[in-house]
Amino acid sequence: MLSLIIFLPLLGAIVIGLTPANRVALIRGFALVFSGVALVLSVVLYFSFNYHQTGLQFVEKATWVSLPSIGVNYFVGVDGLNLPMVLLTTLLTVMAVLASWRMEVRPKAYFLLLLLLETGVSGVFASMDFFLFFLFWEVELIPMYLLIGIWGGPRREYAAIKFVIYTLAGSALMLVGIMALYFTSNPHTFDMTVLAHQKYPLSFVIWVTMLFFVGFAVKLPSFPFHTWLPDAHVQAPTAVSVLLAGVLLKMGGYGMLRVLVGILPDGVHYWAPLFAVLAVISVLYGACISMVQTDLKSMVAYSSVSHMGYVLLGVAAFSTISLNGAAIQLFTHGTITGLLFLLVGNLYDKAHTRTISDFGGIAKKMPLLATLFMMAGLASLGLPGMSGFIAEFTTFIGAYPNLPAYTILSAAAIVITAGYILWMMRRVFFGTFNEKWEHLVDARGIEIVPLATLMGIIVLVGVYPSILTNVINSGVAPLTSQAHLATPNLASSLASVSGFWRLP
Amino acid sequence: MNFYLLLPEIALTILALVVIVADLLTSDKSKSWLGYLAAIGLVVPAILVVVVGQSPGVAFTQTFVVDPLSGFFQLIFLFTAALVLLSSVDFVHRRSRYPGEFFATLLFATLGAMFLASGNELITIYVALELMSISQYILAGFIKGDKQSAEAGMKYLLLGALASAVLLYGIALVYAATGTTTLAGIRAVLASSPPTALAVAGMVLIVAGFGFKISAVPFQMWVPDVYQGAPTPVTAFLSVVSKAAGFVAILRVVGFGLEPLGAVWPVLFAILAVLTMTVGNLMALRQTNIKRLMGYSSIGQAGYALTALAAFTQSTTSALLFFLLAYAVTNVGTFIAIIYFGNRLGSDDLSAYDGLSRRAPVAAFALTICLLSLVGMPPMVGFWSKVYLFLSVYNAGMVGLVVVGLLNSALAAFYYLKIVHAMYLKPVAGDKSLAPPRAEAFALLIAVAGVFLAGLIPGPFIQAATAAAQALFPS
Repeated sequence: MLSLIIFLPLLGAIVIGLTPANRVALIRGFALVFSGVALVLSVVLYFSFNYHQTGLQFVEKATWVSLPSIGVNYFVGVDGLNLPMVLLTTLLTVMAVLASWRMEVRPKAYFLLLLLLETGVSGVFASMDFFLFFLFWEVELIPMYLLIGIWGGPRREYAAIKFVIYTLAGSALMLVGIMALYFTSNPHTFDMTVLAHQKYPLSFVIWVTMLFFVGFAVKLPSFPFHTWLPDAHVQAPTAVSVLLAGVLLKMGGYGMLRVLVGILPDGVHYWAPLFAVLAVISVLYGACISMVQTDLKSMVAYSSVSHMGYVLLGVAAFSTISLNGAAIQLFTHGTITGLLFLLVGNLYDKAHTRTISDFGGIAKKMPLLATLFMMAGLASLGLPGMSGFIAEFTTFIGAYPNLPAYTILSAAAIVITAGYILWMMRRVFFGTFNEKWEHLVDARGIEIVPLATLMGIIVLVGVYPSILTNVINSGVAPLTSQAHLATPNLASSLASVSGFWRLP
Repeated sequence: MNFYLLLPEIALTILALVVIVADLLTSDKSKSWLGYLAAIGLVVPAILVVVVGQSPGVAFTQTFVVDPLSGFFQLIFLFTAALVLLSSVDFVHRRSRYPGEFFATLLFATLGAMFLASGNELITIYVALELMSISQYILAGFIKGDKQSAEAGMKYLLLGALASAVLLYGIALVYAATGTTTLAGIRAVLASSPPTALAVAGMVLIVAGFGFKISAVPFQMWVPDVYQGAPTPVTAFLSVVSKAAGFVAILRVVGFGLEPLGAVWPVLFAILAVLTMTVGNLMALRQTNIKRLMGYSSIGQAGYALTALAAFTQSTTSALLFFLLAYAVTNVGTFIAIIYFGNRLGSDDLSAYDGLSRRAPVAAFALTICLLSLVGMPPMVGFWSKVYLFLSVYNAGMVGLVVVGLLNSALAAFYYLKIVHAMYLKPVAGDKSLAPPRAEAFALLIAVAGVFLAGLIPGPFIQAATAAAQALFPS
């Protein structure tokens, strides 16, 4: 079933490739059907996943290349760590397809590439063989390059190539890390589950961790590797921004949890002070930069840098709870930022501008959009009752015992987040009505479907977190238990996050 | 006198002669079929290579050897030559009055490469190299009246002659140091005595001579001008067959014959590798002519391949062979597309490629696949070849080279994507669709199919490369 989820979109891309370019309705129908079925399958997968047991489930394994010099397996499986990510990928792809329903420029190539992207990203999340992981990691690049490069804004070409070169440079270092692990394991293997149980000398772990860290930090992105992100986001079309922020950034965070925490815990322990410093810089710097943005979309883009900093903080703190927080943050940020980008895109489609100061009081004309924007904004700043709160609060609770100063600094960023979100809301939706927006119409029809779906998920996770945290904890708990680095203080009193959050 | 081992070469010679004679009997207007004859005729020597390969051995007092290594390379040569011939029919028909001679000369160049792969003795190797080179000098200047082509031919001839002289000098020094020209003999003598300055000097000169063929920096000066000026099918041939032939010669002479001097060359090849890939990739960034760009790209690719020689072990040799195979299929595919576009657009400037994806969607897609394979993107064969190459070099302990190589390949993505960028992201330059390709389409299809096939099922190809590499490591 997992393979079906990964490769259905690829099949869809081939089918679309064979459809004549002028049959637009048919093409987007195919896109919706193939991504939709993948979503349904991953929902089924999610709810048939047994979170009482640890380890991989729904494993599929086959030999691909088996030679004395190199052995590669097709090996996919899910645990609590990557299952939510697979679900997020299929979910946001469907949302992206719906959000680009009225795409008029070269729709055939557009939907084809969206589906290819989905295959690449869900492949990264599901792969348990390092070689396969790296392969999918690279597969995702070209569709994204073209999606930004063809359908993007005025500076799309620069943004697209910058995205590719940054990622390639990062993945070059990551590949060296993969080779290092491969040749250190005995017998040589790319199997991540085996690699996680190997013993490595500390000096080796320290430099290999750094190689992987750079690869993942580019993707996350963390300061100082974040400069590609605002360019890519501002230039990318709406649906592509949704996928970029919603799932592509998550590859970096997921990689940190799976590889750094899962395979090289001692390295994380060693580098934790550095990671924490970078995390705090990302959080504060991202938030401050968001504050001064004049463009709505770059504001959301920089807020991603800030929010992904929490993930890095959770990793650096390295307690069961903080790691849970990081993993929850990956999922919730995917939905919240996805929603924010959709809303910005929706507004832009109607107003043809994203400059904050151009607006004013338009809630009068767009009550629904304004309401959703307000709710998404509040979720983003971590209001209780929304999923953002669960993620951030868990991260802070988990990180405080190990990194109190850094946690306090990061938590302070919530104030800045509240500042820029609420200030933006006031300038765009409230205040005196700017007469030139008389003609604006509210979101309607099919546009509402992705907005409402994502909002529903945000609220659902906000009020009933165990639907997510149970699964995630089953994936995170073994990471720290096998690393023997779990902190004894808060972690033992709140045996696990899911217990902490369970409803009476 | 074991003529049986020579059957593929004999068949190829006959084929070239048949083409020449048939050319005389054909009227000027209908010479295209000669190209098809030459291309399809190559199937015969290819089959013979496989058949003869079943019974490996040496012949002619140890000057000629048939082993898995020679078979591996000869099949690459024949495959590439056939695709180049197929895609050159239309080109030659447009640009030259002497198609028959063109096809026959190309066959002779291939013959030289075949002998080179089987050469087991320094003088045989030298003569084979000259057969290949002289044919290529003629081919590079084949378009009479075209100044660029004439300049390319002249430049290639002069610099090539210089490189041959250097090589010959190296051969003479090695002979002086060891008293024999057979590779096995040289190996035995060198192994039984400490290395002498004479032999080391000879080796350095030999590497320089072959370095010219594989376009290693600092012997790459001829590449951009010759690649740009030569007829595009010839450029394709130079970039694949000539380069692979240079590598097999280095493998045989240095990797086997001079192997006892092994303490010296890791450093030598490591320096060459780093220089070659870095210079090639940096220079490629600013090119605006696609043939020139591909020339620098081929220098960059040679740099990656050289890392395998720096870390010379059985597994890096296997990876090198697989890398060359992947490079051959991919690069010939790239050039077929360039030949087609050159024919239809009348230009090899990158600016002429603007918006080509709208004017020739299939060919643009095929070119993109090949370029992405050169970048090293999965699921194309280029991904496997690069990862496998660097994996084996890493295993041999040269981590620094791997890091430099991987960062270089990230850099290289920039100029390969520049072409993709022009075709897909730029506005359309001309209005009308390009006429569909003829024979090129078939050749391009084979190349792209090969790029995917070897990318999805790399196992058997890696296995063949491993078997071929064993020939150099007698246990």
